[in-house]
Amino acid sequence: MPTRLLRSPLSALRLWLLVALALCAFAQAALAGSAELEQGIALIKTNKYDQVEEGVTLVASSRDPRAVGLLAALQDSDLYLRKADGRLFIATRSDAGYDLIDPLTQAPAGTAGKRDLKRIRINNRLRSQLRTAVATLNLTHPEASVRLAAVNEMLDRLDADSLALLRDLAGDEKNAEVRAGMTAAIALADLNADEPARRIEALDQLEGNLHPAVQGGIQRLLDREQDEAVRATAERVLEGLQFKRDLYGFAETLFFGLSLGSVLVLAAIGLAITFGVMGVINMAHGELIMLGAYTTYIVQQLMPEHIGLALFLAIPAAFVVSGAVGILIERGVIRFLYGRPLETLLATFGISLILQQLVRTLISPQNVPVANPDWMSGSWQINSVLSLTMNRMYIIAFCLIVFTALYLVMRRTSLGLQVRAVSQNRAMARAMGVRSARVDALTFGLGSGIAGVAGVALSQLTNVGPNLGQSYIIDSFMVVVFGGVGNLWGTLVAGMSLGVVNKILEPWAGAVLAKILVLIFIILFIQKRPRGLFPQKGRAAEG
Amino acid sequence: MRLGTLHLDRGGQIFLALLALTTLLVPILNLAVPADSPLHVSTFTVTLLGKYLTYALLAIAVDLVWGYLGILSLGHGAFFALGGYAMGMYLMRQIGDRGVYGNPELPDFMVFLNWQELPWFWHGFDMFWFAALMVMLVPGALAFVFGWLAFRSRVTGVYLSIITQALTYALMLAFFRNEMGFGGNNGLTDFKDLLGFDLQSDATRIGLFIASALAVAGGYLACRTIVTSKLGRVTVAIRDAESRTRFIGYRVERFKLWVFTFSAVLAGIAGALYVPQVGIINPGEFSPINSIEIVVWVAIGGRATLYGAVLGALLVNYGKTYLTGVMPDAWLFALGGLFVLVTLLLPQGIAGLLRRKEATA
Repeated sequence: MPTRLLRSPLSALRLWLLVALALCAFAQAALAGSAELEQGIALIKTNKYDQVEEGVTLVASSRDPRAVGLLAALQDSDLYLRKADGRLFIATRSDAGYDLIDPLTQAPAGTAGKRDLKRIRINNRLRSQLRTAVATLNLTHPEASVRLAAVNEMLDRLDADSLALLRDLAGDEKNAEVRAGMTAAIALADLNADEPARRIEALDQLEGNLHPAVQGGIQRLLDREQDEAVRATAERVLEGLQFKRDLYGFAETLFFGLSLGSVLVLAAIGLAITFGVMGVINMAHGELIMLGAYTTYIVQQLMPEHIGLALFLAIPAAFVVSGAVGILIERGVIRFLYGRPLETLLATFGISLILQQLVRTLISPQNVPVANPDWMSGSWQINSVLSLTMNRMYIIAFCLIVFTALYLVMRRTSLGLQVRAVSQNRAMARAMGVRSARVDALTFGLGSGIAGVAGVALSQLTNVGPNLGQSYIIDSFMVVVFGGVGNLWGTLVAGMSLGVVNKILEPWAGAVLAKILVLIFIILFIQKRPRGLFPQKGRAAEG
Repeated sequence: MRLGTLHLDRGGQIFLALLALTTLLVPILNLAVPADSPLHVSTFTVTLLGKYLTYALLAIAVDLVWGYLGILSLGHGAFFALGGYAMGMYLMRQIGDRGVYGNPELPDFMVFLNWQELPWFWHGFDMFWFAALMVMLVPGALAFVFGWLAFRSRVTGVYLSIITQALTYALMLAFFRNEMGFGGNNGLTDFKDLLGFDLQSDATRIGLFIASALAVAGGYLACRTIVTSKLGRVTVAIRDAESRTRFIGYRVERFKLWVFTFSAVLAGIAGALYVPQVGIINPGEFSPINSIEIVVWVAIGGRATLYGAVLGALLVNYGKTYLTGVMPDAWLFALGGLFVLVTLLLPQGIAGLLRRKEATA
């Protein structure tokens, strides 16, 4: 193993030697290949069926990855001969005649008129030969992913030629995934074998293979199969496949649910501090999230070259912006309203309207575009059933990081200690020398800042507009109330479980109805446990 | 009307007198005074006033539960909208075969959705008495069930506010769905006539205006009767010290339940009067912000005065009409600013300000 070789300097040297040797061997093979390639191309240029056929065989046996484009173009009748110099080009129609592409390098090579070109003609026999040749080249491509794609494509339409090819190649295949695909293809073909024993053997090989073609193949076998033993095996394998599929399907639902739950937790966790710990109903919480999202937008506008870096810088920036606005709200309005929760609700609702209108007036009433960095898109394909999208993975991870950070602040810092002291018994805390006014302002700033950080995350998932906050405020309150006020763990558990329940309900109820059902569930749940999942104990609980 | 109802209620007396005066004058100024006279009141204004009056009734309903019972309902818009939908369904059925598709039985949107027959809950709405009953019954029943669940398990304060908000939010999402059979996104509109009277005619508009005025007066007197009665004493006791009231031996949840239900019925009636005047009802009426706005009317007018709620509803809505016309951007600033300033500086609302002046004078 190369990693083991690397452990000593001597081994490193040996590794270098190995690499150099391998490179030499590769170059030699490539040279041999390129001779065949050139010979083949020369034959194709003759534009006579027999010689083209011979040329295709030569090009295919060169095993040169560049040949795929050439043969595929020939297969699609897009390969042309330029009369002037006798060179081959892939030509596509455009306004000014034809656009030329070099068939080997795929580089653009100018344009040409219709009269300057001659199409390389193909017939049916050539067509089938080309299909096999392209498949062969793809199946022997140095990139495992290309080979895998080729195998998966072949699985859908198997014939005698391609099977022979697969049988040839399966033995030499190094990549386990590609080899599994190849054996599956062969086994699928073996389902048509005359002896029941071979059919059973083929079925056994197909066990647990999640390729979409496999299920269809076994189903077709079941429809025509007479032999009881084969039928029983086929049914067992099919059942196993269905179970596996269901399992992965459930895993996917769970994943979607957790990512939705992470969004909910992110949106609600700031509220869990301001509402849960301080008892302040901040209806402007959604707008603090919105401010965070807009901060992301502005940071990105400031450095359009570095979208990814801007996103990272936006996190502290959003924390500061939303946190500062939060402290302003607390000092300017809320501190006059402590102990009057319903009035606080109204005043902060007024603030939320003002903030919304402020964004509309200062920036734009329309949604603003927030760019996603490249590493956010894409997905992690685990198998043909289950693929996890990257942005959802990041959001789950980000949610957990934010939660952990917040939890540590509340549990391990002196600020956290003071916050908890004030929330449990304000008078006693003051008597012990805690400056409660300062603690209030900082706590509110912390909760608001976290809302801003949530806004950075949400800017990557949804449209950023003046109404962004409104769509999350009710959900956030539901999460906090469901989880139990004054309890960060409750918020985490509540958000995640609501997300998962929502996604489980969605397939059979539809997205909107699922949401309604969840709301009704919470309304009923509050009746049963008015203090949420994890109620605060002791006298502080008597509101 | 009991004699004692308006006793010692200067604000209420003035309000009812003004209301009576307006109700007498507006129809005369609209119908009898020629259109070019400066004293003429246009039909548009009449409809606008009628709409404000339905808001006033809604505000009274909210003030009854918030001001006198301490329940801050952020979902009263739901009861209002349900009453409106019940009335809208009746008006839809009255269209008959005059719709775009000319189907005598099905409203246009159902024909559009390719429905073959009327859903069961639409039956009976072709009769006015049934629709009128539903206007009160549906919001009342919802409030009863919701209240029965919530008050029995002693959900109070902020929690109650938040689940009332969830209630109206859930209803909004539900009514947005086409499958619900209430016209989905577009709601119910294109009404033609009510009890055979053309909704576009001036006389019908005046009629609706007078009906709204009567409903406000009736609602005010009914609520006033409640709050001055022994029942009212208990509700105020519940508002100020719920546990203590319970320990004395009152069944707190029953008082809360019945007053809450009554308030929802009032809101439903307001909604039913609102819909024929504005000519449309759609799921937007359920949106949580509408319900919060109602609370703001009451807060600005002054809690626990009833006439203050009317005052707040009229002033805020007039301001809204005016500002959205003159400078649309400023409306949300103004409304938001009002919220903050009133809660900070005027906890008793305008009515409290007036009362204070009276006391010092």
